[in-house]
Amino acid sequence: MIEFNMPSLGADMEDGTLVEWRVKPGDRVKRGDIVADVDTQKGLIEIEVFDEGTIDQLLIKEGEKVPVGTAMAFIIPEGEPEMAKKESPAPKVKTEPKKKKKKKKKNEVKKKAIEPTAKEILTGSVDRKKISPLARKIAAEKSIDISSITGTGPRGSIVVRDVERAAEGKGKSRKKVKEDKKAQAQKGLRAAIASAMSKSNREIPHFYLEAKIDMSKAMAWLKKTNKKRDVKDRLLSVVLLIKAMAKAAEKVPQVNAYWEKGLHLKEAINIGFAVSLRQGGVVIPAIQDALQKSLPELMLLLTDLIPRAKGLKLRSSELSESTITLTNIGEGSVATVFGIIYPPQVAIVGFGTITEEAWAENGTISSRPVIHVTLAADHRAIDGYLGSRFLTAIKDHLQNPAAL
Amino acid sequence: MKDKETKAVIFQILIKIAPDVDPETLEMEDNIREVLGIDSFDFLQFIIGLDEEFGLKTPEEDYGKITTLKALITYIKAAKQRLIK
Repeated sequence: MIEFNMPSLGADMEDGTLVEWRVKPGDRVKRGDIVADVDTQKGLIEIEVFDEGTIDQLLIKEGEKVPVGTAMAFIIPEGEPEMAKKESPAPKVKTEPKKKKKKKKKNEVKKKAIEPTAKEILTGSVDRKKISPLARKIAAEKSIDISSITGTGPRGSIVVRDVERAAEGKGKSRKKVKEDKKAQAQKGLRAAIASAMSKSNREIPHFYLEAKIDMSKAMAWLKKTNKKRDVKDRLLSVVLLIKAMAKAAEKVPQVNAYWEKGLHLKEAINIGFAVSLRQGGVVIPAIQDALQKSLPELMLLLTDLIPRAKGLKLRSSELSESTITLTNIGEGSVATVFGIIYPPQVAIVGFGTITEEAWAENGTISSRPVIHVTLAADHRAIDGYLGSRFLTAIKDHLQNPAAL
Repeated sequence: MKDKETKAVIFQILIKIAPDVDPETLEMEDNIREVLGIDSFDFLQFIIGLDEEFGLKTPEEDYGKITTLKALITYIKAAKQRLIK
């Protein structure tokens, strides 16, 4: 029997609230399947499973708060169903409600949380109030509580216009609930960032390095490539930075690591990509196996990842599997950004805005597009020499964009 | 298509790519990206949206010509004229 635990979603998260199970006992699951939606400080997160087998028991009820590491379910691993079933302490399978036959979408879950069901609404109130059949139908569809409507039809009966008026009011209050929820999520996210960054600054002895990189070749290559591409397939310069960083991390693996009572190198290079939210706050989804992805693949991935990150709708693995972080100021006039390491990682790379600068080379000065790249690294884990090799490797890779 | 209609379509695209912005606050001469906080990723989605809605093919070198609402509406009009010819 495998215990399925609430995954860690980053150093700054201690628990979440189970909103909905997407599976029920008896369902077969495979690696990567989404089994639950959990509400966290980083939004509504889809929790994935990393084992194959059959769901035996669900241990947590919807609405319960779940600390990281808590057992959420038992899974019978593939290949040993009989034995596992005997070990099962209680045949809870039959007691579980059989209400969810189909997988529900996230937005439906949210709707459910703030609205009573149509059945609840109609109970009791229907008999006392006179209502036209069409008005009743619309009220049920829109989940309007009939008892709360004042009828303006014959002898005070409820007619369609009454239901529509009530629906309008309900829409407004729903909007308010949504806004309140958003403000609450915002507050939670701020608290999570505050906690993680304070911990990092308190515990990690940061050191900083900076390099200037001539981006002439990279930008010329990008311009040429994008000219041939349909607008939908155009690449942004950031994908060159991601790939150059992944290749450099392959060369200097010590930067792609966790510090947990010692240095633990990570095999996969999963680049945490800092996404700023317009209303404030940052979320850092992982670009998994960045080294193995081509530039168009990275662009495609960003097209999926960035809007979900901005909408706070990420999957558990995307929030927990980064091995090194990239922060990218992108536009504006900021030349240099020094990051704070996201523990337990040991390095964060900061890219400033690409701007025209005077560049001296071979005794002449010319104007070139230049980017300032910085490394903030954990001095317990690595030293200046390795940091310098890493930044030099990024620079070298950006001089040969066609090979990225 | 009248300027007002063009503007309405532009606003629809902006809301689609950045649901939390309010394009109604934009003045005709405002820099769209600066005022609404549109980053390079959102801007690319904006260009894709414009191309789809207005049947354009906006080259990268024209990005600098469409920084304000006023400039963008003029650009769309001219580009559509070219397409008709």
